[in-house]
Amino acid sequence: MAEVPEPTHRRRSHAGTRDLERYAGLFAERTGVMRSSAMRDLMAITARPEVISLAGGLPDTSTFPPQSFAAQMTRIAQKSAAKALQYGPTEGFEETKDCILEVMGAEGMLPDPDDIIVTTGGQQAIDLVCKTLIDPGDVVICEAPTYPGAIPTLCSYQADVVQVECDEDGMQVEVLEQLLDDLRAEGRRPKFIYSVPSFQNPAGVTMSLQRRHRLVELARAQELLVVEDNPYGLLRYGGEPMPPLYQLDGGDFVIYLGTFSKILSPGIRLGWAVAPPPVMEKIVLGKQAADLCTSTLTQYFVREYFAERRWQRYVDDLVEIYRRRRDTMVEALRDNFPAEATWTEPDGGLFIWATLPDYIDTSDLLAKALRADVAFVPGQAAYVDGRGSHSMRLNFSGVDEDEIREGVRRIGKVIAEQVDLYGALTGEQRLPEPKEESAPNVLPFRKTGEA
Amino acid sequence: MKVAVLKGGRSLERGVSLRSGARVEDALERLGHEVLPIDVGPDLVKRLVAEKPEVAFVAMHGVGGEDGTVQELLEILGIPFTGPGAAACARCMDKVQAKDAIELAGRETPEGLKTPDWFAFNQAAFREFGAADALGRLEETLGFPLVVKPSRGGSSLGVKFARSAGEVPQALVSAFSYDDRVLLERFVDGRELAVSILGDEPLPVVEAILLEGDRYDFEARYEIGRTRFVCPAELSPEEERAVTEAAVGTYRALGCTGFARIDLILGDEGPWLLEANAIPGLTDTSLLPQAAEAAGLSFEQLVERILDLALKPAAA
Repeated sequence: MAEVPEPTHRRRSHAGTRDLERYAGLFAERTGVMRSSAMRDLMAITARPEVISLAGGLPDTSTFPPQSFAAQMTRIAQKSAAKALQYGPTEGFEETKDCILEVMGAEGMLPDPDDIIVTTGGQQAIDLVCKTLIDPGDVVICEAPTYPGAIPTLCSYQADVVQVECDEDGMQVEVLEQLLDDLRAEGRRPKFIYSVPSFQNPAGVTMSLQRRHRLVELARAQELLVVEDNPYGLLRYGGEPMPPLYQLDGGDFVIYLGTFSKILSPGIRLGWAVAPPPVMEKIVLGKQAADLCTSTLTQYFVREYFAERRWQRYVDDLVEIYRRRRDTMVEALRDNFPAEATWTEPDGGLFIWATLPDYIDTSDLLAKALRADVAFVPGQAAYVDGRGSHSMRLNFSGVDEDEIREGVRRIGKVIAEQVDLYGALTGEQRLPEPKEESAPNVLPFRKTGEA
Repeated sequence: MKVAVLKGGRSLERGVSLRSGARVEDALERLGHEVLPIDVGPDLVKRLVAEKPEVAFVAMHGVGGEDGTVQELLEILGIPFTGPGAAACARCMDKVQAKDAIELAGRETPEGLKTPDWFAFNQAAFREFGAADALGRLEETLGFPLVVKPSRGGSSLGVKFARSAGEVPQALVSAFSYDDRVLLERFVDGRELAVSILGDEPLPVVEAILLEGDRYDFEARYEIGRTRFVCPAELSPEEERAVTEAAVGTYRALGCTGFARIDLILGDEGPWLLEANAIPGLTDTSLLPQAAEAAGLSFEQLVERILDLALKPAAA
């Protein structure tokens, strides 16, 4: 095989600062809210091999059998090379939709295939929904904390994001009701309510059945759209399965977003959206403008993979692995975090949300933690208004149990140093933490009113 | 010429350093040099010994690359390098050392140069000697708001404002996340200016103007679109002289060579020194390249001049 010739220039010549200013005059207004932060710069360090990163949201793709991957790709090459290398329909292949129906069926949903669009990852599904529904200044409601990756998308469409506090039972729907009343009094109607009801990213909490019913009732009564993002629904390690909002509503007011990222691979970039036909029509046009169609090659891969009829067994394997990792992390938190700290004990998903005493700023703590070769996501990333600075998101799916133990131990050590220092600064005497076996501190969120 | 570009490393400013380094490599290539990019790690000395570069361009920021550590190694290996020497880097990096050096140089520094009142503590003072009990007295001297900053560190990381006594312990905990020694400093109000010095020549003054948000919002400094930079800054001839003299005086007092950037606040009573940066950023939005451009130097010309200064320090 001929070698690819070395390109003559590796990078084009950089713009001078003056040039940059010239471009800045051309930037769209929305780029003003598309920001890079000091925290993102800090994240440059987490890529170093000695750093144990509990920051990412990575599924463990090393568990996927390489020989199975090879066999599927070989079959595609032999049977359908020309088609797999060609453009495909904007909505996605019917065969991909069949796989999606299987996945949604496993959680009790049965949508009309015509209501489904295959997207380039779940992230594009969020983007397309925003593109379809948001005008600058429109109110969008989401959870507090919310999925950090949704914030830049919402902001780039210049939404006015309002966050509703979560507790251990997910979004506080009573608070939402009050908010909706207040907004109505101002003559404002939210475009949609974005929620990750099951094993939420970042908080790890799951919306209770009662709240699910109430949320769907509200949506139907007030004709509001709810965008249900459900990447983790099948990754349940305990408790009873919970019906998705989509199932409770029947698909009139709930737009459903799904993904193969957490049950198969994020590298294939395959997700989907399910929406009522009038909304879907616009989403399809938006998708066409964005990228014409989702990768045909990876859609063929999913088709081949599902044809083996082993996808559920692989999910079962992942559930076993992640359950052990969650247990390991919870145990490590009990052993290493101070008594004042609280954290969630999720029944599924990939994340634990830990909250520290309010004199600790987790962005600054991250700087200290990185020197100890460990990383997490500071809580501020999950809020639009700078709150969350005492919390952190910890991922337990991307690293093995030994690394989880060691990572949490390192974080615990830097926290303990800050707790001691604060004690010395304020004269508060803090005794060493008693190692008690009694009821662990699992209160996930401060109760409302406690500030 | 074979030029090693040292970048990255383990500091908190790794991201900025990689961007500075990439831009320098690009310019060096276009100038016709042989470029050896090195993301600094445990194999640094081995690689330098094996590759034998004629000169090293240090494009590192923060602890390790800007504090004299890498410079010390390069001095031992006998490889000429860009920017200030090891001792000057150490002084610039550590705000306490920098202030000490400037106070020592007192007589030679221009009369107009002032540094805000300050106190410095290490963690042990609080942990072992009950320094917390002295906080009240010190707050009386400095007044509110006061600024709490780690002694070593750049890019304003860990810099906190305390608006009342109640906010001081939390600000200290944050600042101590970045260094074992922190400063408490009087807050001085005025225009934010940066003077880059190349060789021994001050470049046109840059002013940073915050477009929105309040002055305490440090994120704003690093977000394109929230801060506007004006170069040359609109200053009266007297102001410009005072600011430039203060910056050059600081540069000399700290023993800088090659280049450096001095950050100042211009208040009603003249310029206040905030800090000296031994290796200012060289990214697309950094202030030194901006100032050089205002002086008519393209980025390539700036890089070439910096190399010349490293190879012929006496001729500078």
